[in-house]
Amino acid sequence: MSLLEVTGVSKQFPGVRALDDVSFTLNAGEVHALVGENGAGKSTLIKVLTGVYRPDGGEVRYQGEPVSFGGPLDAQAAGISTIYQEVNLVPLMSVARNLFLTREPRNRLGLVDVARMNREAAEILSGYGITSDVRRPLGLMPLGAQQMVALARAVMVDAKVVVMDEPTSSLEPREVETLFGVIHRLHERGVGIIYVSHRLDELYRICDSVTILRDGKLVHAGKLADLERVQLVSHMLGRPVSAERSFTSFAGEHDAAGGQPVLRATDLNSRHHLAGVSFEVRPGEVVGLGGLLGAGRSETIKAVAGALPLDSGTVEVGGRPLRRPTPVSALKAGIAVQPEDRKAEGIALGLSVRENIALAILPRLATAGVVSERKIDEIVDTFMKRLRIKASSPHQRVGDLSGGNQQKVLLARLLATGPKVLLLDEPTRGIDVGAKAEVQALIDELASEGLGVVLVSSDAEELIEGSDRVVVLRDGAVVGMLRGEEVTTEHLMNVIAVASS
Amino acid sequence: MTDTTAVNKLDLSRWRRLLPVYGVYVALLVLVLFNIVYTDNFLEWSNLRIQLVQVTPVVIVALGMALVIGTEGIDLSVGSVMALGAAIIPLYLGYGPVPAIVLALVGGLVIGLVNGGLVAFVGLQPIVATLAMLVAGRGIALVLSSGRYKDIHDQNFIEIGTGQFFYVPYTVWIAAALAVVVGFVVRRTVFGRRLLAIGDNRPAAVLAGVPVRRVLVTVYVISAILASIAGVIQVARIGSADASRIGLLIELSAITAVVVGGTPLTGGKVRVLGTVAGALLMQLLTATMIANNLRDSTAQMVQAVIILVAVYAARERRTR
Repeated sequence: MSLLEVTGVSKQFPGVRALDDVSFTLNAGEVHALVGENGAGKSTLIKVLTGVYRPDGGEVRYQGEPVSFGGPLDAQAAGISTIYQEVNLVPLMSVARNLFLTREPRNRLGLVDVARMNREAAEILSGYGITSDVRRPLGLMPLGAQQMVALARAVMVDAKVVVMDEPTSSLEPREVETLFGVIHRLHERGVGIIYVSHRLDELYRICDSVTILRDGKLVHAGKLADLERVQLVSHMLGRPVSAERSFTSFAGEHDAAGGQPVLRATDLNSRHHLAGVSFEVRPGEVVGLGGLLGAGRSETIKAVAGALPLDSGTVEVGGRPLRRPTPVSALKAGIAVQPEDRKAEGIALGLSVRENIALAILPRLATAGVVSERKIDEIVDTFMKRLRIKASSPHQRVGDLSGGNQQKVLLARLLATGPKVLLLDEPTRGIDVGAKAEVQALIDELASEGLGVVLVSSDAEELIEGSDRVVVLRDGAVVGMLRGEEVTTEHLMNVIAVASS
Repeated sequence: MTDTTAVNKLDLSRWRRLLPVYGVYVALLVLVLFNIVYTDNFLEWSNLRIQLVQVTPVVIVALGMALVIGTEGIDLSVGSVMALGAAIIPLYLGYGPVPAIVLALVGGLVIGLVNGGLVAFVGLQPIVATLAMLVAGRGIALVLSSGRYKDIHDQNFIEIGTGQFFYVPYTVWIAAALAVVVGFVVRRTVFGRRLLAIGDNRPAAVLAGVPVRRVLVTVYVISAILASIAGVIQVARIGSADASRIGLLIELSAITAVVVGGTPLTGGKVRVLGTVAGALLMQLLTATMIANNLRDSTAQMVQAVIILVAVYAARERRTR
């Protein structure tokens, strides 16, 4: 008997048929991959399973009984737990509090037994590789650790089904291993796991079966081992794979031999963040920043872009020093930055595609402070075509676009500034396979055109494939450099491992 | 069956989208029609003119408020800035209306710089920074005027408040012109676009190289200068300057006009025409109640309901 079964479920939203007659079966003790490009209906299906949405048609059976959850709490009480891509916890409360939220241990007076709660929380979390003080506010922990707390919380309730929506998107390789360990234990306990991810390696490592959705329809379901990667991708994309062959790899080495560095960062220091980081980027070169979470990769990017106050250090663009860089002066010097958190720091979700693309170059599109709509239209049109941004019109709200298209809008804004140096922090995080391939190809193309690119990615494969050189960081300092033949995942791991010991 | 529910849902979501944008115009239209039918002499020009003259200060102040709210801020000091402007006028009217008006506007400029500086550079929350100026501004106004009520005798100055052009008072022309200018600034200038970007997502605006602090200071300066213009107009119209009364509680009327006009308090959007309509709606509402012998307290309750409806309708689905 299957644990959770969905038959012929449909869900209609204004203008979109998000799910169209989809069926899905999860057995006990099974790790089931749920894949599809953005907009395929994965999230909607999960929300139907976890009681967030009511399906318009079809049936959901849980442990053999037809069910209709009134809301996510109902589903949780029945044993279906969900870990969302973005951590849904209370950052200001302590780690232990978060872990026990709504089911705190009580003492005889009915008050929360804080000592016991902290003790138990520490015990539970050590099983997830978290050994820091559980009394600290959750918000102070690294994102990966927060995700682990969310996972521990989801599993603590006697869950029979655990839904994981891109759980590894903000985890480090080491944390991913811990996560897989937890998944393995759950698997042995007979818990059914629905695993949503864009990372094929992970899927093939841990999943037993797979369900592939595209445009709200079921396109394939079966054992994962019987399905080749190429087939999986072709099912997701709905087009022959051969045309899309370059999707996981960049074109490779760029000819960066010529010329002076376009970007030179020397001895960047910022208390608690950076300790003497130096590196160079030549025109046409992609320099990767490697390292674990908290190694100072995003901080380095921010510092170069003038968004992190420096105690000392210089940033030179094309040989010209930027004294006390600020975002304004960095932009003027030709540095364009794509921040890690697209929604929080990247795009203005409430504004239109057009406004977002033009934002950084408004003065150039204006005469005496009055903007020329025609010039904006020209620029916007150029970049929407070049980056193949899919929007109903340039006036569409960016918040209504898919993640991949949001990212492209952000990149369009960067490129519109005509930069000499591009700083890209996790350019493909949380976007679908098709958009990912396009973004990677674009980075490649830009480098060939002579831009200097700094790339941060926690996807080791992407970092290695995409970079000509890799600067490895730890605790805010440079601990190694990979070049030429050394740019491989193994070398990267070695440098990080050696550095950590 | 499924089809009809789908259609209903579509309609509902459309309503939810359109209500904050056009609700204020519909409400205004309904109220005007009601008055045409039930209120005697409503369409008399003299009545309409009174309504317009009375709403003028609120409209001018609300224009600045709309810009501030567009940056996800708020400016509580506008009433005190009006009072400051009013207090400065009689002090310098001896040198002629122009120097007096200029100095009144300079007073606004200074308060605006302080507000903007506190918000943009010190990093105070707008509500706290401008609350401080609400208290300080009126204090300064009272000190300048020695707490006394002063009659204005300069006929040229009084003319600003009482004269008219094409049957419409100068003050109304001024408010209309300012509305057009502010509308243009929001829609067509670099400053306007940046202001909206800051309101929608300030960290993103910073990283996009927007001079966030400069824009914020400018926004608070504009708001304060508009408020001092309103103060000057008020003095010219009533022919006296009373720093303890002028502009009292106008910050609340202005915020109401902005919110009812469909500008969300969460920033990133400014509806200039809506703000004007919002001010007209609230003015007309009070006038209607009075004309139909309802008590002021009833009018206040109706206003409260309208504000709640407006804020409820403006709750935006945020994809964050």
